[in-house]
Amino acid sequence: MKHARVAYAGAIHDAIEHPAGLRLADGRVLAEDAVVWLPPFEVGTVIALGLNYADHVKELSKELTVTGKDEPLAFLKSPGALIGHRGQTRRPADVKFMHYECELAVVIGRSARNVKRAHALQHVAGYCVANDYAIRDYLENYYRPNLRVKNRDTCTVLGPWLVDAADVPDPHQLALHTRVNGQLTQQGNTRDMIADIPELIEYLSAFMTLSAGDVILTGTPDGVVNVNVGDEVVTQIEGIGRLVNTIVGDEWFGR
Amino acid sequence: MILMLQHALAHPQGEALATEAAVEHWQALAAVDRPGPAFLPPTRGTVYGTLLNHRDALAALGDQVNAAPYKAPPQAPILYIKPRNTVVGHRVPVPVPADALELEMGATLGVVMGRTASRVAAADALTYVAGYTVVNDISVPHASVYRPSMRFKCRDGFCPMGPAIVARALVPAPDALDITVAIDGHTVQRSSTAGLVLPVAQLIADVSEFMTLFPGDVLMVGVAANAPRARAGQTVTITIHGVGQLQNTLVAEAAP
Repeated sequence: MKHARVAYAGAIHDAIEHPAGLRLADGRVLAEDAVVWLPPFEVGTVIALGLNYADHVKELSKELTVTGKDEPLAFLKSPGALIGHRGQTRRPADVKFMHYECELAVVIGRSARNVKRAHALQHVAGYCVANDYAIRDYLENYYRPNLRVKNRDTCTVLGPWLVDAADVPDPHQLALHTRVNGQLTQQGNTRDMIADIPELIEYLSAFMTLSAGDVILTGTPDGVVNVNVGDEVVTQIEGIGRLVNTIVGDEWFGR
Repeated sequence: MILMLQHALAHPQGEALATEAAVEHWQALAAVDRPGPAFLPPTRGTVYGTLLNHRDALAALGDQVNAAPYKAPPQAPILYIKPRNTVVGHRVPVPVPADALELEMGATLGVVMGRTASRVAAADALTYVAGYTVVNDISVPHASVYRPSMRFKCRDGFCPMGPAIVARALVPAPDALDITVAIDGHTVQRSSTAGLVLPVAQLIADVSEFMTLFPGDVLMVGVAANAPRARAGQTVTITIHGVGQLQNTLVAEAAP
Protein backbone atom coordinates (compact mmCIF):
# COMPACT_ATOMS: atom_id res chain seq x y z
CA MET A 1 0.00 0.00 0.00
CA LYS A 2 1.06 3.61 -0.55
CA HIS A 3 0.61 6.02 2.36
CA ALA A 4 0.63 9.81 2.38
CA ARG A 5 0.21 12.61 4.89
CA VAL A 6 -1.63 15.64 3.62
CA ALA A 7 -3.26 18.83 4.81
CA TYR A 8 -6.87 19.27 3.71
CA ALA A 9 -9.82 21.35 4.91
CA GLY A 10 -8.20 22.51 8.10
CA ALA A 11 -6.52 19.34 9.35
CA ILE A 12 -3.64 16.97 8.72
CA HIS A 13 -4.69 13.51 7.48
CA ASP A 14 -3.23 10.11 6.77
CA ALA A 15 -4.21 8.99 3.29
CA ILE A 16 -3.69 6.11 0.88
CA GLU A 17 -3.44 5.92 -2.88
CA HIS A 18 -6.75 5.78 -4.80
CA PRO A 19 -7.48 5.58 -8.55
CA ALA A 20 -8.86 9.12 -8.41
CA GLY A 21 -5.87 10.47 -6.45
CA LEU A 22 -5.95 9.68 -2.77
CA ARG A 23 -8.33 8.61 -0.07
CA LEU A 24 -8.20 10.16 3.39
CA ALA A 25 -8.52 7.87 6.42
CA ASP A 26 -11.99 9.33 7.03
CA GLY A 27 -13.21 8.25 3.57
CA ARG A 28 -12.94 11.44 1.53
CA VAL A 29 -11.54 10.82 -1.96
CA LEU A 30 -9.58 13.73 -3.42
CA ALA A 31 -7.58 14.63 -6.49
CA GLU A 32 -3.80 14.91 -6.22
CA ASP A 33 -3.94 18.68 -6.60
CA ALA A 34 -6.70 19.21 -4.03
CA VAL A 35 -4.45 18.69 -1.01
CA VAL A 36 -1.18 20.01 0.39
CA TRP A 37 1.29 17.13 0.50
CA LEU A 38 3.48 16.77 3.58
CA PRO A 39 6.40 14.40 4.15
CA PRO A 40 4.53 11.07 4.32
CA PHE A 41 5.32 10.20 7.96
CA GLU A 42 6.54 11.83 11.18
CA VAL A 43 10.26 11.99 10.52
CA GLY A 44 12.80 11.26 13.25
CA THR A 45 16.53 11.22 12.55
CA VAL A 46 17.45 11.92 8.92
CA ILE A 47 20.66 10.20 7.79
CA ALA A 48 22.01 10.93 4.32
CA LEU A 49 24.72 9.22 2.33
CA GLY A 50 27.32 11.07 0.34
CA LEU A 51 28.92 9.42 -2.66
CA ASN A 52 27.11 6.11 -2.54
CA TYR A 53 26.94 5.54 -6.32
CA ALA A 54 30.13 4.72 -8.17
CA ASP A 55 29.36 6.97 -11.16
CA HIS A 56 28.65 9.97 -8.90
CA VAL A 57 31.97 9.37 -7.12
CA LYS A 58 33.66 9.57 -10.53
CA GLU A 59 31.71 12.72 -11.38
CA LEU A 60 33.00 14.47 -8.27
CA SER A 61 36.44 12.83 -8.21
CA LYS A 62 38.35 16.08 -8.74
CA GLU A 63 37.50 17.27 -5.25
CA LEU A 64 37.48 13.97 -3.42
CA THR A 65 39.84 12.72 -0.77
CA VAL A 66 38.07 9.39 -0.41
CA THR A 67 37.66 6.34 -2.52
CA GLY A 68 34.62 4.21 -3.11
CA LYS A 69 34.92 1.40 -0.62
CA ASP A 70 35.86 3.21 2.58
CA GLU A 71 33.41 3.57 5.45
CA PRO A 72 30.09 4.98 4.16
CA LEU A 73 30.03 8.81 4.18
CA ALA A 74 26.96 9.37 6.31
CA PHE A 75 25.81 12.72 7.63
CA LEU A 76 22.74 14.09 9.35
CA LYS A 77 19.96 16.45 8.39
CA SER A 78 17.12 17.81 10.50
CA PRO A 79 13.36 17.32 9.99
CA GLY A 80 13.02 21.11 9.71
CA ALA A 81 14.54 21.02 6.22
CA LEU A 82 11.81 18.73 4.86
CA ILE A 83 8.91 19.55 2.58
CA GLY A 84 6.42 17.35 0.72
CA HIS A 85 5.38 16.59 -2.86
CA ARG A 86 4.44 19.56 -5.08
CA GLY A 87 6.27 21.94 -2.75
CA GLN A 88 8.48 24.92 -3.50
CA THR A 89 12.21 25.08 -2.91
CA ARG A 90 14.03 28.39 -2.65
CA ARG A 91 17.04 29.20 -4.80
CA PRO A 92 18.92 32.18 -3.33
CA ALA A 93 19.52 34.87 -5.96
CA ASP A 94 23.28 35.00 -5.45
CA VAL A 95 24.19 31.33 -5.97
CA LYS A 96 25.78 29.74 -9.03
CA PHE A 97 25.34 26.00 -8.49
CA MET A 98 22.29 24.48 -6.86
CA HIS A 99 21.47 20.90 -7.78
CA TYR A 100 18.89 18.21 -7.02
CA GLU A 101 19.72 14.67 -5.91
CA CYS A 102 17.24 11.88 -6.59
CA GLU A 103 17.56 9.31 -3.78
CA LEU A 104 15.80 6.23 -2.50
CA ALA A 105 14.71 6.92 1.10
CA VAL A 106 14.60 3.93 3.43
CA VAL A 107 12.20 4.33 6.36
CA ILE A 108 12.90 2.42 9.56
CA GLY A 109 9.87 0.74 11.13
CA ARG A 110 11.39 -1.21 14.03
CA SER A 111 14.22 -0.12 16.28
CA ALA A 112 17.57 -1.51 15.24
CA ARG A 113 20.81 -1.85 17.23
CA ASN A 114 23.65 -4.16 16.21
CA VAL A 115 21.58 -5.64 13.40
CA LYS A 116 23.44 -7.85 10.95
CA ARG A 117 22.84 -7.34 7.25
CA ALA A 118 21.06 -10.69 6.88
CA HIS A 119 18.26 -9.39 9.12
CA ALA A 120 18.40 -5.71 8.25
CA LEU A 121 15.44 -5.52 5.88
CA GLN A 122 13.15 -6.77 8.66
CA HIS A 123 13.59 -3.31 10.22
CA VAL A 124 12.44 -1.39 7.13
CA ALA A 125 8.85 -0.10 7.08
CA GLY A 126 8.99 1.16 3.51
CA TYR A 127 10.46 3.47 0.92
CA CYS A 128 9.97 7.00 -0.45
CA VAL A 129 11.52 9.21 -3.07
CA ALA A 130 13.75 11.99 -1.76
CA ASN A 131 15.13 14.99 -3.59
CA ASP A 132 18.01 16.24 -1.49
CA TYR A 133 19.11 19.63 -2.86
CA ALA A 134 22.60 21.01 -2.31
CA ILE A 135 23.89 24.53 -2.87
CA ARG A 136 27.53 24.05 -3.57
CA ASP A 137 28.39 27.76 -3.34
CA TYR A 138 28.15 27.37 0.44
CA LEU A 139 30.40 24.32 0.70
CA GLU A 140 33.09 24.68 3.34
CA ASN A 141 35.69 22.10 4.30
CA TYR A 142 34.51 21.63 7.88
CA TYR A 143 32.06 18.90 8.79
CA ARG A 144 31.38 18.38 5.11
CA PRO A 145 28.79 18.72 3.84
CA ASN A 146 28.04 21.60 6.20
CA LEU A 147 24.41 22.34 7.03
CA ARG A 148 24.40 25.60 5.09
CA VAL A 149 24.85 23.47 1.94
CA LYS A 150 22.64 20.55 2.85
CA ASN A 151 20.14 21.46 5.57
CA ARG A 152 18.48 24.60 4.30
CA ASP A 153 14.77 25.23 4.76
CA THR A 154 12.74 23.74 1.85
CA CYS A 155 15.76 21.89 0.41
CA THR A 156 14.86 18.28 1.23
CA VAL A 157 11.77 17.00 -0.56
CA LEU A 158 10.24 13.70 0.60
CA GLY A 159 7.27 11.76 -0.76
CA PRO A 160 4.76 11.59 -2.29
CA TRP A 161 4.18 8.16 -0.74
CA LEU A 162 5.60 5.89 1.88
CA VAL A 163 5.42 2.57 0.02
CA ASP A 164 5.18 -0.51 2.24
CA ALA A 165 8.32 -2.64 2.14
CA ALA A 166 6.14 -5.68 1.41
CA ASP A 167 5.22 -4.07 -1.93
CA VAL A 168 8.86 -3.59 -2.99
CA PRO A 169 10.21 -7.04 -3.78
CA ASP A 170 13.76 -5.84 -4.51
CA PRO A 171 14.78 -2.31 -3.46
CA HIS A 172 18.10 -2.84 -5.28
CA GLN A 173 16.56 -3.11 -8.74
CA LEU A 174 14.80 0.24 -9.10
CA ALA A 175 15.40 2.75 -11.89
CA LEU A 176 15.88 6.39 -10.83
CA HIS A 177 15.16 9.34 -13.13
CA THR A 178 15.25 13.08 -12.73
CA ARG A 179 13.63 15.38 -15.27
CA VAL A 180 13.99 19.16 -15.28
CA ASN A 181 11.14 20.81 -17.20
CA GLY A 182 10.47 17.43 -18.82
CA GLN A 183 14.02 16.85 -19.97
CA LEU A 184 15.85 13.79 -18.63
CA THR A 185 18.97 14.93 -16.74
CA GLN A 186 19.77 12.09 -14.35
CA GLN A 187 19.29 8.37 -14.50
CA GLY A 188 20.58 5.44 -12.53
CA ASN A 189 19.55 2.29 -10.78
CA THR A 190 19.59 1.37 -7.10
CA ARG A 191 21.58 -1.75 -8.03
CA ASP A 192 24.62 0.55 -8.34
CA MET A 193 24.72 1.63 -4.70
CA ILE A 194 28.21 1.16 -3.23
CA ALA A 195 26.86 0.29 0.24
CA ASP A 196 23.45 -1.35 -0.19
CA ILE A 197 20.57 -1.02 2.26
CA PRO A 198 21.41 -3.99 4.51
CA GLU A 199 25.04 -2.83 4.69
CA LEU A 200 23.95 0.69 5.65
CA ILE A 201 21.64 -0.57 8.40
CA GLU A 202 24.36 -2.88 9.73
CA TYR A 203 26.91 -0.05 9.64
CA LEU A 204 24.72 2.55 11.34
CA SER A 205 23.12 0.25 13.90
CA ALA A 206 26.57 -0.89 15.02
CA PHE A 207 27.05 2.47 16.76
CA MET A 208 23.60 4.01 17.10
CA THR A 209 20.05 2.91 17.76
CA LEU A 210 17.80 3.43 14.76
CA SER A 211 14.13 3.98 15.66
CA ALA A 212 10.81 3.89 13.82
CA GLY A 213 10.52 7.04 11.75
CA ASP A 214 14.24 7.40 11.17
CA VAL A 215 15.07 7.62 7.48
CA ILE A 216 18.18 6.87 5.43
CA LEU A 217 18.66 8.76 2.16
CA THR A 218 20.81 6.33 0.23
CA GLY A 219 22.70 8.67 -2.11
CA THR A 220 22.39 9.78 -5.71
CA PRO A 221 23.81 8.62 -9.05
CA ASP A 222 25.61 10.64 -11.72
CA GLY A 223 23.85 13.51 -13.46
CA VAL A 224 23.34 16.42 -11.10
CA VAL A 225 22.92 19.74 -12.90
CA ASN A 226 22.18 23.30 -11.87
CA VAL A 227 18.54 24.31 -11.53
CA ASN A 228 17.04 27.78 -11.87
CA VAL A 229 14.02 29.70 -10.63
CA GLY A 230 10.90 28.46 -12.39
CA ASP A 231 12.23 24.97 -13.07
CA GLU A 232 10.01 22.00 -12.37
CA VAL A 233 12.14 19.15 -11.01
CA VAL A 234 10.62 15.68 -11.05
CA THR A 235 12.51 12.92 -9.24
CA GLN A 236 11.10 9.47 -9.90
CA ILE A 237 11.87 5.98 -8.67
CA GLU A 238 10.31 2.94 -10.28
CA GLY A 239 7.47 1.57 -8.15
CA ILE A 240 8.03 4.15 -5.39
CA GLY A 241 6.74 7.41 -6.77
CA ARG A 242 7.09 10.55 -8.80
CA LEU A 243 8.05 13.54 -6.65
CA VAL A 244 7.39 17.00 -8.10
CA ASN A 245 9.10 20.17 -6.90
CA THR A 246 9.32 23.73 -8.20
CA ILE A 247 12.25 26.10 -7.76
CA VAL A 248 11.22 29.58 -6.62
CA GLY A 249 13.13 32.78 -6.07
CA ASP A 250 13.86 35.06 -3.15
CA GLU A 251 10.88 37.32 -3.91
CA TRP A 252 8.48 34.64 -2.63
CA PHE A 253 10.18 34.99 0.71
CA GLY A 254 10.24 38.78 0.80
CA ARG A 255 13.99 38.78 0.36
CA MET B 1 4.00 25.74 20.19
CA ILE B 2 5.58 28.47 22.26
CA LEU B 3 7.82 27.37 25.08
CA MET B 4 7.61 30.00 27.82
CA LEU B 5 9.54 29.69 31.06
CA GLN B 6 9.62 31.79 34.19
CA HIS B 7 11.64 29.44 36.38
CA ALA B 8 13.12 26.13 35.23
CA LEU B 9 11.81 23.08 33.38
CA ALA B 10 12.99 19.56 34.15
CA HIS B 11 11.83 15.96 33.90
CA PRO B 12 12.89 13.54 36.65
CA GLN B 13 12.52 9.89 35.63
CA GLY B 14 9.22 8.47 36.85
CA GLU B 15 7.29 11.69 36.29
CA ALA B 16 4.85 11.71 33.37
CA LEU B 17 5.82 15.14 32.08
CA ALA B 18 8.51 17.75 32.33
CA THR B 19 7.35 20.39 34.81
CA GLU B 20 8.33 23.89 35.77
CA ALA B 21 9.54 24.65 39.27
CA ALA B 22 11.85 27.07 41.04
CA VAL B 23 15.51 26.79 40.08
CA GLU B 24 16.31 25.99 43.73
CA HIS B 25 13.90 23.03 43.67
CA TRP B 26 15.69 21.40 40.77
CA GLN B 27 19.09 22.30 42.20
CA ALA B 28 18.20 20.41 45.37
CA LEU B 29 16.78 17.38 43.55
CA ALA B 30 19.70 17.25 41.09
CA ALA B 31 22.49 18.09 43.54
CA VAL B 32 25.63 16.24 42.51
CA ASP B 33 26.93 15.68 46.05
CA ARG B 34 24.09 13.38 47.08
CA PRO B 35 21.98 10.63 45.50
CA GLY B 36 18.79 11.48 43.68
CA PRO B 37 16.70 10.54 40.69
CA ALA B 38 18.03 10.34 37.19
CA PHE B 39 16.52 12.87 34.78
CA LEU B 40 15.17 12.68 31.28
CA PRO B 41 16.36 15.33 28.81
CA PRO B 42 14.40 18.54 29.44
CA THR B 43 13.52 18.90 25.74
CA ARG B 44 13.12 16.59 22.71
CA GLY B 45 13.83 19.08 19.96
CA THR B 46 16.62 18.82 17.39
CA VAL B 47 20.07 19.40 18.90
CA TYR B 48 22.56 21.37 16.81
CA GLY B 49 26.24 21.85 17.59
CA THR B 50 28.47 24.67 16.41
CA LEU B 51 32.01 23.84 15.40
CA LEU B 52 35.01 26.09 16.16
CA ASN B 53 32.92 28.85 17.73
CA HIS B 54 35.33 29.27 20.62
CA ARG B 55 38.22 31.62 19.83
CA ASP B 56 40.73 29.29 21.48
CA ALA B 57 39.34 26.24 19.64
CA LEU B 58 39.76 28.09 16.36
CA ALA B 59 43.20 29.33 17.41
CA ALA B 60 44.24 25.77 18.25
CA LEU B 61 43.90 24.90 14.56
CA GLY B 62 46.22 27.82 13.79
CA ASP B 63 47.50 27.97 10.23
CA GLN B 64 45.97 24.56 9.49
CA VAL B 65 42.78 26.41 8.55
CA ASN B 66 44.54 27.72 5.46
CA ALA B 67 46.05 24.37 4.46
CA ALA B 68 44.44 21.28 2.97
CA PRO B 69 41.91 19.93 3.57
CA TYR B 70 40.35 23.07 5.09
CA LYS B 71 41.88 25.65 2.71
CA ALA B 72 40.16 28.63 4.41
CA PRO B 73 38.90 29.61 7.86
CA PRO B 74 35.17 29.00 8.50
CA GLN B 75 33.02 31.62 6.76
CA ALA B 76 29.60 30.89 8.27
CA PRO B 77 28.55 28.91 11.34
CA ILE B 78 29.59 25.27 10.87
CA LEU B 79 26.83 23.20 12.39
CA TYR B 80 26.29 19.54 13.07
CA ILE B 81 23.42 17.53 14.51
CA LYS B 82 23.33 15.27 17.56
CA PRO B 83 20.58 12.78 16.67
CA ARG B 84 17.89 11.73 19.13
CA ASN B 85 19.62 8.48 20.13
CA THR B 86 22.42 10.54 21.69
CA VAL B 87 20.32 12.67 24.02
CA VAL B 88 20.08 11.58 27.66
CA GLY B 89 19.56 13.39 30.95
CA HIS B 90 21.37 14.15 34.17
CA ARG B 91 22.69 11.11 36.12
CA VAL B 92 22.16 8.73 33.17
CA PRO B 93 25.22 6.52 32.53
CA VAL B 94 27.01 7.05 29.22
CA PRO B 95 28.29 3.91 27.41
CA VAL B 96 31.94 3.94 26.31
CA PRO B 97 32.32 1.82 23.18
CA ALA B 98 34.73 -1.09 23.38
CA ASP B 99 36.96 0.41 20.65
CA ALA B 100 37.47 3.76 22.41
CA LEU B 101 39.81 4.03 25.38
CA GLU B 102 38.71 7.55 26.27
CA LEU B 103 35.97 9.97 25.24
CA GLU B 104 36.14 13.73 24.84
CA MET B 105 33.86 15.74 27.12
CA GLY B 106 32.58 18.74 25.16
CA ALA B 107 31.16 21.11 27.74
CA THR B 108 28.90 23.72 26.20
CA LEU B 109 25.98 26.01 26.83
CA GLY B 110 22.74 24.82 25.19
CA VAL B 111 20.41 27.57 24.01
CA VAL B 112 16.82 26.24 24.04
CA MET B 113 14.48 27.94 21.61
CA GLY B 114 11.09 29.16 22.81
CA ARG B 115 9.62 30.46 19.55
CA THR B 116 10.08 29.63 15.90
CA ALA B 117 13.11 31.57 14.70
CA SER B 118 13.51 32.20 10.98
CA ARG B 119 15.63 35.10 9.73
CA VAL B 120 15.77 36.87 13.07
CA ALA B 121 17.98 39.91 13.63
CA ALA B 122 20.69 39.66 16.26
CA ALA B 123 19.08 42.53 18.16
CA ASP B 124 15.88 40.48 18.60
CA ALA B 125 17.38 37.00 18.73
CA LEU B 126 17.36 36.48 22.49
CA THR B 127 13.60 37.08 22.63
CA TYR B 128 13.24 33.76 20.74
CA VAL B 129 15.06 31.88 23.50
CA ALA B 130 13.12 29.99 26.20
CA GLY B 131 16.14 29.35 28.37
CA TYR B 132 19.50 27.70 28.76
CA THR B 133 20.79 24.31 29.76
CA VAL B 134 24.07 22.45 30.21
CA VAL B 135 25.18 20.02 27.49
CA ASN B 136 28.03 17.53 27.28
CA ASP B 137 28.74 17.10 23.56
CA ILE B 138 30.64 13.82 23.78
CA SER B 139 32.93 12.57 21.01
CA VAL B 140 35.28 9.73 20.31
CA PRO B 141 38.52 11.75 19.98
CA HIS B 142 39.30 12.54 16.34
CA ALA B 143 41.84 14.92 14.87
CA SER B 144 40.21 15.99 11.62
CA VAL B 145 37.06 18.10 11.41
CA TYR B 146 36.99 17.89 7.61
CA ARG B 147 34.51 15.04 7.25
CA PRO B 148 34.38 13.20 10.57
CA SER B 149 32.52 9.92 10.74
CA MET B 150 29.16 9.82 12.49
CA ARG B 151 30.74 7.08 14.63
CA PHE B 152 32.62 9.77 16.53
CA LYS B 153 29.69 11.90 17.69
CA CYS B 154 26.42 10.02 17.19
CA ARG B 155 26.62 7.02 19.49
CA ASP B 156 23.81 6.27 21.93
CA GLY B 157 24.08 8.49 25.00
CA PHE B 158 26.66 10.89 23.55
CA CYS B 159 24.68 14.05 24.34
CA PRO B 160 23.81 14.34 28.05
CA MET B 161 21.76 17.45 28.72
CA GLY B 162 20.17 19.18 31.73
CA PRO B 163 19.25 18.81 34.51
CA ALA B 164 16.88 21.70 33.70
CA ILE B 165 16.21 24.48 31.24
CA VAL B 166 16.63 27.71 33.19
CA ALA B 167 14.45 30.59 32.00
CA ARG B 168 16.14 33.22 29.85
CA ALA B 169 15.18 36.00 32.29
CA LEU B 170 17.23 34.30 35.00
CA VAL B 171 20.36 34.20 32.81
CA PRO B 172 20.83 37.85 31.93
CA ALA B 173 24.34 37.53 30.44
CA PRO B 174 24.59 34.31 28.35
CA ASP B 175 27.83 35.59 26.82
CA ALA B 176 29.63 35.74 30.17
CA LEU B 177 29.05 32.33 31.75
CA ASP B 178 31.88 30.41 33.37
CA ILE B 179 32.00 26.70 32.51
CA THR B 180 33.99 24.12 34.46
CA VAL B 181 34.47 20.43 33.84
CA ALA B 182 35.39 18.14 36.72
CA ILE B 183 36.34 14.48 36.43
CA ASP B 184 35.94 12.49 39.65
CA GLY B 185 35.77 15.77 41.52
CA HIS B 186 38.94 17.33 40.09
CA THR B 187 38.52 20.41 37.91
CA VAL B 188 40.18 19.72 34.58
CA GLN B 189 38.92 22.54 32.35
CA ARG B 190 37.72 26.10 32.78
CA SER B 191 36.24 28.13 29.95
CA SER B 192 33.67 30.85 29.42
CA THR B 193 31.06 31.76 26.88
CA ALA B 194 32.88 35.10 26.76
CA GLY B 195 35.24 33.30 24.38
CA LEU B 196 32.66 32.75 21.64
CA VAL B 197 33.49 33.91 18.12
CA LEU B 198 29.79 34.46 17.43
CA PRO B 199 28.00 35.42 20.66
CA VAL B 200 24.63 33.77 21.34
CA ALA B 201 22.43 36.38 19.65
CA GLN B 202 24.61 36.65 16.54
CA LEU B 203 24.80 32.86 16.26
CA ILE B 204 20.99 32.57 16.30
CA ALA B 205 20.76 35.30 13.66
CA ASP B 206 23.34 33.67 11.37
CA VAL B 207 21.84 30.18 11.69
CA SER B 208 18.22 31.26 11.25
CA GLU B 209 19.19 32.98 8.00
CA PHE B 210 19.18 29.61 6.23
CA MET B 211 17.54 27.19 8.67
CA THR B 212 14.51 27.62 10.92
CA LEU B 213 14.94 26.85 14.60
CA PHE B 214 11.79 25.50 16.27
CA PRO B 215 10.58 25.66 19.88
CA GLY B 216 12.42 23.05 21.91
CA ASP B 217 15.38 22.91 19.53
CA VAL B 218 18.77 23.26 21.21
CA LEU B 219 21.67 25.21 19.74
CA MET B 220 24.96 24.30 21.41
CA VAL B 221 27.15 27.38 21.17
CA GLY B 222 30.50 25.61 20.89
CA VAL B 223 33.12 23.73 22.84
CA ALA B 224 36.38 25.32 24.03
CA ALA B 225 39.81 24.01 23.05
CA ASN B 226 41.42 21.05 24.82
CA ALA B 227 38.25 19.24 25.77
CA PRO B 228 39.16 16.87 28.60
CA ARG B 229 38.95 13.11 28.21
CA ALA B 230 37.39 10.55 30.50
CA ARG B 231 37.26 6.75 30.72
CA ALA B 232 34.71 4.17 31.80
CA GLY B 233 34.25 4.33 35.56
CA GLN B 234 34.82 8.08 35.79
CA THR B 235 32.20 10.65 36.69
CA VAL B 236 32.02 13.90 34.74
CA THR B 237 30.44 17.04 36.14
CA ILE B 238 29.90 20.13 34.03
CA THR B 239 28.98 23.33 35.84
CA ILE B 240 27.69 26.45 34.14
CA HIS B 241 27.29 29.15 36.72
CA GLY B 242 23.62 30.13 36.96
CA VAL B 243 22.45 27.36 34.61
CA GLY B 244 23.17 24.11 36.41
CA GLN B 245 25.36 21.13 37.08
CA LEU B 246 25.17 18.12 34.77
CA GLN B 247 26.69 14.88 36.00
CA ASN B 248 27.07 11.56 34.20
CA THR B 249 29.16 8.48 34.82
CA LEU B 250 30.88 6.68 31.98
CA VAL B 251 30.38 2.92 31.83
CA ALA B 252 31.80 0.25 29.53
CA GLU B 253 29.32 -0.55 26.78
CA ALA B 254 27.73 -3.98 27.10
CA ALA B 255 28.83 -6.46 24.42
CA PRO B 256 26.25 -6.92 21.63
